[in-house]
Amino acid sequence: MYIYNDFDAEFVRDRVRQFRGQVEKRIDGSLTEDEFKPLRLMNGLYLQLHAYMLRVAIPYGSLDAAKMRQLAFIADKWDKGYGHFTTRQNIQFNWPLLKDVPDMLDALADVGMHAIQTSGNCVRNVTADHFAGAASDEIEDPRPTAELLRQWSTDHPEFQFLPRKFKIAITGSPNDRAVTKAHDIGIRMVRNENDQPGYEIIVGGGLGRSPFIGKVLREFLPKAELLPYIEAVLQVYNLEGRRDNKYKARIKILVHEAGLDEIRGSVEETFARTLAEFKKPSDELVDQITTYFNPPEFNNIQSHAYEEALETDPVLRSFVETNVAEHKNPAYGIVTISTKPIGGTPGDVTSDQMRLIADRAEKYSHNEVRISHEQNAVLPHVRKADIPLVHAALKAVGLATANIGLISDIIACPGMDYCALATARSIPIAQEISTRFDELKLEKEIGELRIKISGCINACGHHHVGHIGILGLDKAGVENYQITLGGDATQTMALGERAGPGFAAEELLPALERLLNRYLEIRECSDEIFLETYRRLGPQPFQQALYPEEEKYAA
Amino acid sequence: MAREFTPQIVTANDLLLGDAVYLTKAGTWSRLHSDAHLANSAEQAQTMLKHVKGQQDVIVGAYLANVSVNEDGIPEPAHFREAFRTRGPSNYFHGKQADAQSS
Repeated sequence: MYIYNDFDAEFVRDRVRQFRGQVEKRIDGSLTEDEFKPLRLMNGLYLQLHAYMLRVAIPYGSLDAAKMRQLAFIADKWDKGYGHFTTRQNIQFNWPLLKDVPDMLDALADVGMHAIQTSGNCVRNVTADHFAGAASDEIEDPRPTAELLRQWSTDHPEFQFLPRKFKIAITGSPNDRAVTKAHDIGIRMVRNENDQPGYEIIVGGGLGRSPFIGKVLREFLPKAELLPYIEAVLQVYNLEGRRDNKYKARIKILVHEAGLDEIRGSVEETFARTLAEFKKPSDELVDQITTYFNPPEFNNIQSHAYEEALETDPVLRSFVETNVAEHKNPAYGIVTISTKPIGGTPGDVTSDQMRLIADRAEKYSHNEVRISHEQNAVLPHVRKADIPLVHAALKAVGLATANIGLISDIIACPGMDYCALATARSIPIAQEISTRFDELKLEKEIGELRIKISGCINACGHHHVGHIGILGLDKAGVENYQITLGGDATQTMALGERAGPGFAAEELLPALERLLNRYLEIRECSDEIFLETYRRLGPQPFQQALYPEEEKYAA
Repeated sequence: MAREFTPQIVTANDLLLGDAVYLTKAGTWSRLHSDAHLANSAEQAQTMLKHVKGQQDVIVGAYLANVSVNEDGIPEPAHFREAFRTRGPSNYFHGKQADAQSS
């Protein structure tokens, strides 16, 4: 876990003090909203449909028990007893009162957290693989690099007013769980032919109204050169990115319009200078950061308790099948805690649940919790022998839904239930899908399926990269949902293709039922997941299922 | 012939609570949509909106919203977004819908 250095601690407290004064001035009328709005956004405070919303950064999704308990405390004291985990590994509080926000920020600072750079045209929270440091397929733990990037980007004076927001994600595994190809910069930790560790730098990915898959800007960057290189990319973007049109201001548009080779040329030219000028972080700092993320001392004492419990408890077995991933230490497992009970709101966790997760993390997961971009929580280091106990504790507070990677493990943005930008609701759609397919008892039969729902084209719900993507729109004053098929958020990233005309809310579920029944009929075998069937057969059979009436007319 | 004017109201968010509020006939702000004062012409709507620009210490982001008028003469939201703002979110009983019950 990262530890704030003196700069971080002082900077965060200073900002809270400043913001406290700004809030007072806004309330007494000496600041107008036009003056106040950029100040509140710099501190993560948005105004939504029904209330203010505070977006708190969770650096690369890493929490410990103290931080999680503090989030629970904040939820109870200043909100409505819950928080919402987002697709950028942040947490959002949906109901703060303006006057309370400085106190909330002080409470966050007490545990080394803040809401800075969770809005605005700056480098946002750096995200990472939620299995970092635990996954069996990992080449190297990405968190020390993510932490270096956090320190570098926090209050970076040159990059506070970029043409548009800037998102960086990093993975240390070849199996990409961090959606690196849909970020402004995606970083993959790789080894070169001499087995030296370094980075592959991907640029210009992004979803939103113009989705692009990121392109490889540099195949291999030596580890020590990361910051000057990223600095060079940001400098080129800062100068050449468009500022005339908000919708064309992301680096993906610059890369698309100028071409990858031209951008690469500009970056390499700038890099020659930044590499020479850049004040490298000291070896001492790099070593210190690395020690923050040293692997815990694993307990390798063998036990048969796990195998025995699996034999006798089918509910546990089902949970392990879906929610426990392979750990690099064979005596351990990575436990994903689903925030998506059947019919629940994806990403929402109550304060009681947060405290239970904190307790279990402290006792059974070396005091570590992760938040995934899929809006779930993760206990990264649980001894297999302890998994039955952890499962029982989670079950008692409604956190043991065995659905990771299945149809009810839906990503959904807050949509028009909360968000001022939304064009339709997302949450009720997710709730209906999970409830309906649970009633049909088809979830396990369907197998791996990633449904992602966004309530507007900004695509916070990642709909473009869902196996089934759902986009909520306002069609002549009625909520309408477009379906895309064949998206993929991993290292084999693909953007889904629009299946056809959108559906009214009440038509959507029957359409999905037809679609998935067709999939079950035409898949080659029960191991062929929806995405594979789609790739094998193309959109046509699925379109026929979605739009049977049109088939009749065509016939 | 001029296009028929759709009746409008002025709505905003309360500065302290963030909740949706509506401009009343008396020039105050109510949290109830049914209290909203109707503008029956484009000119009247613009005048009302201009008037509240000076109330920055009470509200945030005032704008005009289209309404329909029911048989009792009470304005009702014309768009689903405005209807949601009169209630709160659909996943929890929070916001106005809960306040209405407790008051």
